[in-house]
Amino acid sequence: MDLTVGPNQFFWSADDWANLYDDLASAPVDRVVLGELVCSKRLPFYQDRIPDAISTLLAAGKQVALTSLALVTLKRERKLTAELAEMGVEVEINDLTALTYLPEGTKFWVGPLVNVYNESTVRWLASCGAVRICLPPELPLASVKILAAVGLELGVAIEVWGHGRIPLAISGRCYHARLHGRIKDNCQFACEDDADGLDVRTLDDQPFLAMNGVQTLSYSYACSVHQFKALANAGVSTLRLSPQSKDFKEICDLYRQLLDGQLDEASVVSGIYDLDETTRLSDGFLTGIGALTGLDGQLNLDNQEPSFCQPSDFSSTM
Amino acid sequence: MEIVCPAGTPAALRTAVKAGAHTIYCGFSDETNARNFPGLNFNRTEMREGVEFAHSHGVKVLVAINTFPRAGDEVIWHNAVADAEAAGVDAVILADPGLLDYATNNHPKLRRHLSVQAAAANADIINFYAQRFGVKRVVLPRVLSVQEIATINAEIEVETEVFVFGGLCVMAEGRCSLSSYVTGKSPNMNGACSPASHVEYHDDNGVLDARLGGYTIHRVEKGEPAPYPTLCKGCFTAGEKQGHLFEDPVSLNAGQLIPQLKKAGVTALKIEGRQRSRSYVAQVVRNFRAAVDALALGQPMPEGMLAKLSEGQATTTGAYKKTWR
Repeated sequence: MDLTVGPNQFFWSADDWANLYDDLASAPVDRVVLGELVCSKRLPFYQDRIPDAISTLLAAGKQVALTSLALVTLKRERKLTAELAEMGVEVEINDLTALTYLPEGTKFWVGPLVNVYNESTVRWLASCGAVRICLPPELPLASVKILAAVGLELGVAIEVWGHGRIPLAISGRCYHARLHGRIKDNCQFACEDDADGLDVRTLDDQPFLAMNGVQTLSYSYACSVHQFKALANAGVSTLRLSPQSKDFKEICDLYRQLLDGQLDEASVVSGIYDLDETTRLSDGFLTGIGALTGLDGQLNLDNQEPSFCQPSDFSSTM
Repeated sequence: MEIVCPAGTPAALRTAVKAGAHTIYCGFSDETNARNFPGLNFNRTEMREGVEFAHSHGVKVLVAINTFPRAGDEVIWHNAVADAEAAGVDAVILADPGLLDYATNNHPKLRRHLSVQAAAANADIINFYAQRFGVKRVVLPRVLSVQEIATINAEIEVETEVFVFGGLCVMAEGRCSLSSYVTGKSPNMNGACSPASHVEYHDDNGVLDARLGGYTIHRVEKGEPAPYPTLCKGCFTAGEKQGHLFEDPVSLNAGQLIPQLKKAGVTALKIEGRQRSRSYVAQVVRNFRAAVDALALGQPMPEGMLAKLSEGQATTTGAYKKTWR
């Protein structure tokens, strides 16, 4: 197995964004997907840094792809998406819309936000030119095994969500803007202060989700370490690591050592906790019991003082 | 304009037909559709009889086969498509590209609609579905404003259908694993969002908690209405603020926008609620039918009728108004 770094899901400054890819040039990963996945309004802030990042990564021997947006609605977004094919690197589609612009016969990658649930969809995408598919994080191991076998048969590399906060939903509405009493068109980039998303807690004060503009993610960080042997045996070709603002290169290193057999599962997990002991890791959806169960198999249901909701804190009836 | 009405049971189908629906949509009693709730939906015989009844009244029947087939179990979805065709339905409503490809190749004469679960949100992808899979109608996701719908209709040749009343998805449809995250049951694969089997209410000295998968989604004091715990309409805390961070416990009522939706080129108006009672369905259908009939005759919209339907309930026009975002 090898490693792909997925696109950064969050809104970082152009310098922080570019630094990530400088760092990754020397990280032990095989390929990198970059570009804007979540919100087209973020792109102008770092768009002019993309060509340099691509050059640096290619020079370092990485395979590189540009992602499409996860949800394409506006005319401006359609144009941006159409232009992806002209950038000279592979395209990773994260909305089927991007597929419509690729010239007939173009090879492409499929990202985790395209609904690939079954054999027929893998076959159809392969017939359109897909050579690499990162499966949706929601799939249980049973589905992954079946689809990895189809991938092997067709020569399509199958990736699985390996590490990072799990993308759970995408919306037309911006929740960061709503939290600040604004609408999306006048968001004033409310998401820029939360480099890994903003924690969302339940009424019992349990950490629960992470808000990231129009996207909603898991609070916990999916960690496929304990499943990696099962995934490798199934024929999964790649683990996907999702960028985070701290210690990301170190996390890439730990996964590389896992894949190379230099570290066992327990050492990699404790290595991740050593980087940040407050990180909450989970098996993600692979074990099929919901993504809130921690690696220890326990739900965290600590009861705090009762807390009530006020129905109209955030005006939505506009 | 065409009123597309939900039917969760054969009795609801007959009620909706008599109440004036132009078209009924329904599903089989299994995980092939996105309202896979206990006691709901149609077995194969009921489907055949339902179609006969509807057709005898000049009403069309659409069958939603709009979940994403589970790997290894695709035959369940393939059988649903074949049985829908055998029952004589007017179209199937599909979301999964693999299933669309299958239906195109194996049931070419069966009319195909694109489900809202495919979240096709722009003209380019709609034209692609039309060209590749011969889709004749697209149910638009609830992320678009009326103006954007008009722009889409100007660039496509297939029909569009939009939701006007009932439950409201806040996230792009078919692209949300929130319910799956807390229950382990996937709306996309198992056909139920926030399933009742994972809902619990806890009464602690008059304080009522509504939980989904063990997580408290709402908490109300005695006497206050306790909304059903749907995650995207739950109450949470972020930063210093607590409230309904994603959406209030509201439902959609775009009744007042019918004239604008017609002008935007929309063919059909869809009512959500296959899980609703017959009397609810009858009332909603009668009101919407009266509204579109009035519109067709150039008469003013019947005043107050649609507002009355959501009495006592908070409603929204959702993404149809741009400021919702």
